[in-house]
Amino acid sequence: MSQDQRGSGEQGTREFGFDTRAIHAGQRPDPYTGARATPIFQTTSYVFEDPESAAAYFNLQEYGNTYTRIMNPTTAVFEERVASLEGAAGGVAFASGLAAQAAALFTMLTPGDHVVASSALYGGTVTQLKHLARKLSLDVTFVDPDDLSSWRAALRPNTKVLYGETIGNPGGNVLDIEGVAEIAHGHGAPLMVDSTFATPYLCRPIEHGADIVVHSATKFIGGHGTSIGGVVVEAGTFNWSNGRFPVVADPSPAYHGLAFHETFGMYGYLMKLRAESLRDLGGALSPFNSFLFLLGLETLPLRMARHVENAVGVARFLEGHAAVAAVRYPGLDSSPYRDLVKRYLPHGAGSIFVFDLKGGRDAGQRFISGLELWSHLANVGDAKSLVIHPASTTHRQLNDAELAAAGVGPGTIRLSVGLETLDDLTADLARGLAAATP
Amino acid sequence: MTSPVRYQDPRVILATLRSARTVAIVGLSKDPLRPSNFIGFYLKRHGYTIVPVNPRETEILGERAYPSLTAIPFLVDVVDVFRRPDAVPDIARDAVASGAKALWLQFGVISPDGAKIAEDAGLDVVMDRCMKVEHARHLGRMHWLGFNTGRITAVRERGLG
Ligand SMILES: Cc1ncc(COP(=O)(O)O)c(C=O)c1O
Repeated sequence: MSQDQRGSGEQGTREFGFDTRAIHAGQRPDPYTGARATPIFQTTSYVFEDPESAAAYFNLQEYGNTYTRIMNPTTAVFEERVASLEGAAGGVAFASGLAAQAAALFTMLTPGDHVVASSALYGGTVTQLKHLARKLSLDVTFVDPDDLSSWRAALRPNTKVLYGETIGNPGGNVLDIEGVAEIAHGHGAPLMVDSTFATPYLCRPIEHGADIVVHSATKFIGGHGTSIGGVVVEAGTFNWSNGRFPVVADPSPAYHGLAFHETFGMYGYLMKLRAESLRDLGGALSPFNSFLFLLGLETLPLRMARHVENAVGVARFLEGHAAVAAVRYPGLDSSPYRDLVKRYLPHGAGSIFVFDLKGGRDAGQRFISGLELWSHLANVGDAKSLVIHPASTTHRQLNDAELAAAGVGPGTIRLSVGLETLDDLTADLARGLAAATP
Repeated sequence: MTSPVRYQDPRVILATLRSARTVAIVGLSKDPLRPSNFIGFYLKRHGYTIVPVNPRETEILGERAYPSLTAIPFLVDVVDVFRRPDAVPDIARDAVASGAKALWLQFGVISPDGAKIAEDAGLDVVMDRCMKVEHARHLGRMHWLGFNTGRITAVRERGLG
């Protein structure tokens, strides 16, 4: 067997396991240097072999590197790895989770289209959807994600996408992905899911019928609180040529008349997302951040298992504490999402959740002041345990009624349980709870 | 009905891509925006001799076009088909008659009858797969654009430097 045939014996015939793919998918030893780690290709652009090759790359007749706003070999490893873990046809990375979501929507929507979205989304996403709606003349209807009939009732002839979060931020609502996917597909629309809180280790929405999955890689994928980034993956099975998406299927005026779905088949949406939306909106991920996300993905299975273990421990501790009114961790047996967790999150419901203190805003602030190990900041999904009191920070401008509508009480605390020693985490929480109790 | 998956064995696909030199492309379009033209362009770029089969053209992508498979005066290794599924059985018979080693049916070209004709005559058959995508996945640069190639390997490729 010659050297370049070696390693191809198993190609495509073996289904490699999740942990193997978390470490290897998308990357081969660098053919030029033999480097085992993924090199950081910190370059803006790429020398063309000859004018014919350059033309072929720009025409998308050949897979080639042109300019790092559109593609980069380090970022490509990250994209393929997430696609592999999610069971997708491919991925496109962006400079942030919000940039990823915006581009994914921008690729398929045109003015006058309608979006049906869960009302229990990350606040930044709600704002983004409302903003996009205003700027692009879209309509957005927010629905109770827990009630399938409310998704169905919101459909209109111009509804082009249904949007939810696998695990809602911050309320912990678990999406009935199969139920909502069926409603979407019955309407000729894709289901788009933000799976940031679950990561592909805990849930792979495409296996349950979702068409597009987005992540804020900023969170668990990076896992160490170092980098902002996002990624879109697509199953490749949605029929963009069903007559409802001329913006994807018809010859594109932004790409010399190319019909992306017909020409690239199951890769058409992703090709358009990259060659047009990423090119034109410009939110490219830096290769260095891609490198850090790749390091994060290598240990994703180990970290997520431990995040879940610690989260269950912390949730149980809080559930039994006198100063706590309610613990809204979907992974608890007492959760209304227990059955959905069994179905969609059999390895655990993540490690980000809210609980309610018995006191109001003051109790929340005293609780935060009493903590010494949990970091008070506005992020989630770090190896370090994080905490925030929405009523005095992210949701500070809202009155109590507006807070309630957002699923946040005056004494609500959001935790992102990290990887420290569980006893140290609960001991610190005990200090905070003592401070919160008058 | 036979599932196309039966004709998507990665070992057959790889062996075909590696051994083939000459590929007849039935239904190759002259229009540079048609999928068949993209694939013909790509295969030619990657060193295959492409043979357009299209009765309405004399030359496509710089290669002489033939009206049918049986009109090609030399042997081809692979017959790559961009036609409606109901045209496939006749094409499969022509592929057998012309001595081709493999019948490759592109995305959406699903014809169990055509596949059986070729298979019974000893040809390798690939169905509902794109020859460009499979080449790019296994041997090419599809991974440069973030696509899921399914390739996992710790082996260093040779041939550079
Ligand atoms: C669920 C969810 N989606 C999306 C985002 C946005 O991600 P980014 O901050 O990377 O833009 C966040 C950030 O908090 C989030 O929690």
